[in-house]
Amino acid sequence: MHAPDDPRSTEGSSGEGLAADSAQAPGAGAHARARSTPDEGGAVGSTASTLAVSVWDPGDDVIEVLRTPAPGHAKGTWRTLFETVRGLATTFGRFLEPKVTIEYPEEKTAVYPRFRGRHKLHRFEDTGLEKCVGCSLCAAACPADCIRVVAAENTPEHRVSPGERYAEVYEINMSRCIFCGYCEIACPFDAITMGHDYELSDYDRTDLIFTKEMLLAEPLERTPLRNEGE
Amino acid sequence: MNVLALVGYFEPWWVQVLKAIVVFAVGLQLVPLVLIAERKLLGRFQGRYGPNRVGPYGMAQPLADILKLLTKEQFRPRTSAGLLYALAPMISIMTAVAAFGLIPFGDVQDIFGTKVGLYGVDVSIGPLYLFAFGAIAFYGIMLGGWSSGSKYSFLGAMRGAAQLISYEVSQGLALVGVVISAQTLSLTGIVRAQAGMWYIVPQFVGFLIFLTASFAETNRAPFDLTEADAELVGGYNTEYGGGRFASYYFAEYLNVVVVSGIVTTVFLGGWMLPFGLHPPGWVDPFVVLFKMSLITFLFIWVRATLPRLRYDQLMSFGWLVLLPLATLNALVTAIVVVATQ
Repeated sequence: MHAPDDPRSTEGSSGEGLAADSAQAPGAGAHARARSTPDEGGAVGSTASTLAVSVWDPGDDVIEVLRTPAPGHAKGTWRTLFETVRGLATTFGRFLEPKVTIEYPEEKTAVYPRFRGRHKLHRFEDTGLEKCVGCSLCAAACPADCIRVVAAENTPEHRVSPGERYAEVYEINMSRCIFCGYCEIACPFDAITMGHDYELSDYDRTDLIFTKEMLLAEPLERTPLRNEGE
Repeated sequence: MNVLALVGYFEPWWVQVLKAIVVFAVGLQLVPLVLIAERKLLGRFQGRYGPNRVGPYGMAQPLADILKLLTKEQFRPRTSAGLLYALAPMISIMTAVAAFGLIPFGDVQDIFGTKVGLYGVDVSIGPLYLFAFGAIAFYGIMLGGWSSGSKYSFLGAMRGAAQLISYEVSQGLALVGVVISAQTLSLTGIVRAQAGMWYIVPQFVGFLIFLTASFAETNRAPFDLTEADAELVGGYNTEYGGGRFASYYFAEYLNVVVVSGIVTTVFLGGWMLPFGLHPPGWVDPFVVLFKMSLITFLFIWVRATLPRLRYDQLMSFGWLVLLPLATLNALVTAIVVVATQ
């Protein structure tokens, strides 16, 4: 790092920088001469081929080369001083910018419509009957094996779903669910869909087994939604 | 006229006892303020809020932190050297408070017919006193690191020792220029000598050197090699916990306050206001506190900006850049002062 052709500062194009280099370090050996090779056009080929050290020519693309100050040298100190001031200006710019924190319990992260959160079971809006017919396809599709369905027959006196059968027991173990959404895809009647709620922590594991009533009910707190691109 | 009056102690003994208590109390109040200011400002620099849960705007956060630390179990590692392990944080805190006692918050005021200087003590060897206590403060770090009986603590302490010694020289030499200009070693004298122009203007190089060296002396970023969390876990205070750690923490932040006070006193005209303003005496402490808060803000600002130096960079910067510059500054100042008189 302390050779005579030590890195210059940032100013100037590469051509000027190299010219200044050779001017300040005359007779610094073959290496310096190779570096002072003018880089316009294809002039490099003929000159560089005669030298033992072939030098990579950055071409016209490189306008300025940023280098860190050489450690332990006084001439690096001026750079350090100005770069420090520049850094201070940058951080002060951040200081004036708005905060990005979302203060979670008070302020919830909005989710996209496709977000896969806590499941919902659905009813028909007109009749109020449950859409689920207890076919257990969701349980079969579930890779985490967290859905348990026990079906029962509908009777004319006790009609729960429009189909032949209904789900007498429908439980999802939320501590096992991996929120893959396969149940939603497997369901032939769109009876189960993935909701938007992600606040699913509890003090007891048994409380995380959601029953049919819990899944049918509207969530107590709605998770804010945002649109695509928001 | 007794001997004490000759060396500047014109106050009755009870005023001095009272002032000692007030200085300690003020210091104790300023440290939590700096703590919360640092955490809030660092938050702002990084686009977040900082602590805002405990009390209004999170202002009770330092109180909560200190309560938590003080109610913790007192423990020490089996390999530690008992007495020194307990003594080291006390040394740190004592030297910090002793240095704080020197900062003049105002001129001599007439309070109910008693002449009281608004400072802990006005010694006629101000900077020497400061550096003496700075040197003792180094024992707090060194003994703490060594007596912990842990290699990380010891490495942190060794680095701290090297750093403090390297930068204390430049810090002292940076002050020499001011002392030559003011022609007094009393800190109140230095403030009075800045009536026409604050020393930050004629001694700007000295100001920069002093400030940089102060960052190193207080072990603050970018010179916080003693702590270097990534490689040394936490430096000299790795093995400390509870109240003893709180003492180190307190001393560290009080040192920031002290350095802000010294910079204010020596370079920013102390209690003086620009544009020929002469407010009543009770405004003086607030002027000093305002200037100190500016310097403290700079400390936090720099911490938010600069990454930590490498060890060889630290040493070469201290010895090859700061020291020659400081020497040159003192020399040039001396020549100019002699030539203009």
